[in-house]
Amino acid sequence: MANLKPLPATREFDLARESLRELNLFLHRQAAAEGVSQVRVRNPDGAHSIACGLDAELDVQIHGHVGYYVAGMNKHAAVTVHGNAGPGAAENMMSGRVHVKGFASMAAGASAHGGLLIIDGDASLRCGISLKGADIVVGGSVGSFSAFMAQAGRMVICGDAGDALGDSLYEAVIYVRGKVRSLGADARFEPMGELDRAALRSLLAAAGQSHDPNDFKRVASAKSLYHWHADADQEY
Amino acid sequence: MSGIEQEQSAGFDRPTIDYIQRAAASGLYEIRGLGAKRRVPCFDDLLFLAASLSRYPLEGYRERCATKTLLGTRFASRPIELATPVTVAGMSFGALSARVKEALGRAATEVGTSTTTGDGGMTQEERVSSKTLIYQCLPSRYGFNPDDVRRADAIEIVIGQGAKPGGGGMLLGQKVNPRVARMRTLPEGVDQRSASRHPDWTGPDDLVIKIAELREITDWEKPIYVKVGATRVFNDVKLAVHAGADVIVVDGMQGGTAATQTVFIEHVGIPTLAALRQAVEALDDLNMRGTVQLVISGGIRSGADVAKALAMGADAVAIGQGVLFALGCNSETYVAGGEHLSALEGYAHLGTAPGFCHHCHTGRCPVGITTQDAELEMRLEPAVGAKRLKNYLKTLTMELTTIARACGKQDVHHLEKEDLVALTVEAAAMAGVPLAGTSWIPGTAAQPP
Repeated sequence: MANLKPLPATREFDLARESLRELNLFLHRQAAAEGVSQVRVRNPDGAHSIACGLDAELDVQIHGHVGYYVAGMNKHAAVTVHGNAGPGAAENMMSGRVHVKGFASMAAGASAHGGLLIIDGDASLRCGISLKGADIVVGGSVGSFSAFMAQAGRMVICGDAGDALGDSLYEAVIYVRGKVRSLGADARFEPMGELDRAALRSLLAAAGQSHDPNDFKRVASAKSLYHWHADADQEY
Repeated sequence: MSGIEQEQSAGFDRPTIDYIQRAAASGLYEIRGLGAKRRVPCFDDLLFLAASLSRYPLEGYRERCATKTLLGTRFASRPIELATPVTVAGMSFGALSARVKEALGRAATEVGTSTTTGDGGMTQEERVSSKTLIYQCLPSRYGFNPDDVRRADAIEIVIGQGAKPGGGGMLLGQKVNPRVARMRTLPEGVDQRSASRHPDWTGPDDLVIKIAELREITDWEKPIYVKVGATRVFNDVKLAVHAGADVIVVDGMQGGTAATQTVFIEHVGIPTLAALRQAVEALDDLNMRGTVQLVISGGIRSGADVAKALAMGADAVAIGQGVLFALGCNSETYVAGGEHLSALEGYAHLGTAPGFCHHCHTGRCPVGITTQDAELEMRLEPAVGAKRLKNYLKTLTMELTTIARACGKQDVHHLEKEDLVALTVEAAAMAGVPLAGTSWIPGTAAQPP
């Protein structure tokens, strides 16, 4: 028994020397089997699809900027990007937590079904597009067409929003603190209730933001496009 | 009255007048199911030049003619191997009932082919019953999740559909029952209009990266298909090849739908015949024939259609509407407890009759196929549907091998363009084969003899 070494809890990958395929294969198949619970990634250098398709309670710390689809389709894992993220960060996430410490490009959290996506900086166009139940907290501002056709989930915008916020929303709810350049089709401002403030308090705390929930406005669907009718004209 | 008193206008005939007056009354465009009803050049306009003195046939009932079909051999470590090149096209749970999806899977498994999910996610019924299941990644991403990605046999990224290239899916509220709503994360009963663009990528350069992501998620095991609706096929196929697709599915304008605007169905896209020729030319242009496989769909009905598609260069076909008709769509009866019961009252309620019904969008399918109604869906017994579909798929494969043998081929994939001629100038031009009795291929540099 004396020859047995304790299993390492942390593993480090240097993408300047090791391939993305080796990293993702390790995260998918070997990490849990080898008892590794934390993986540090050095020199991501804008690589795409880092830590996508994870299905275990891993803590992945990426030190640097990443390309498209970081933590795409994530389940269970906590992925932190100590840098900026390219398009589609945490797309189709099912659960877990993805934290981008810098800025995020287009379509962050697209179609995400569950989990929490935190972006400390700004997020570009179409943040939360097609959202299906996840929570997104953006510390800065979001670009146009954010929450487009968002079906379920919550989106918190601590800064401003661009054009057509919440276009064709279904049941998702948006909380925005700053200015909204324009609302999209069928989106409307609604009064904040106590449940909204409680939800906001919880989401802001989870994201490490200290804003006052009373400073936010609620945007939700007017539901006038839920059923097909002649008067909807070009908005349907 | 006779003669000039009853002369019908060619431009404003009865259907056109009906259309205008319905639009004037409702202010709504018409939505319907199935595919284009107008006549377009199709596989019926091609004929085979079977063996004679210049070619030697195989014995039709004795000699072996292989039908094995491999799809996804370019990059995937686990390509799809099928016993026949006749596959079942993507059709959603939502458009079809879960019982129908089960029937499709059972039949396909028995004949050794694949089925494909649709714009509503993967049902347990279909996964369990279908040995080889292609999982669609659509713009809506309804029900799309990594667990199903991992338990699929291949992933099909849907860019467009032949019935509505450039348009998103549509499922009217009467079909959005609690289960459909739950799978799609939508309110029950909402008129669901899917997105037409993918949420997380735009254009062919992004598609390269999206395909790479799906490969990473699946550890490079599963083939990635890319499906396009037939419009600018030559360019689209080349772009899909460059993006890294293993298999390209081209869906011609005759392809069906569960619900789409009629104006879309009849006026957008190009016929399957022209689309197939352009797709093959694109693969040839890139020297990728045999490396990237081509699946053609849109109005394929018979073994002759399959044989012609393969001769033109397809590796496989996908069938949707033909599959529904095999199950009993537009039939006068449905089967319950071994007895044929009349469905005529159901058709009458919809204002239609067997042979004409395209009311899939209403969810009131009289034979229980395109419905989510708890009572109506019982009209399709999975075992009955599976047996009918198995017979249909077997028949198509037998017809295919019959033609292949007559053309002297030991493998259906050896059918070639030189085996075909066209009946019409239009079909000759679209398919790129000579007009029968000539060596003239309209649209090529060769002059008529």
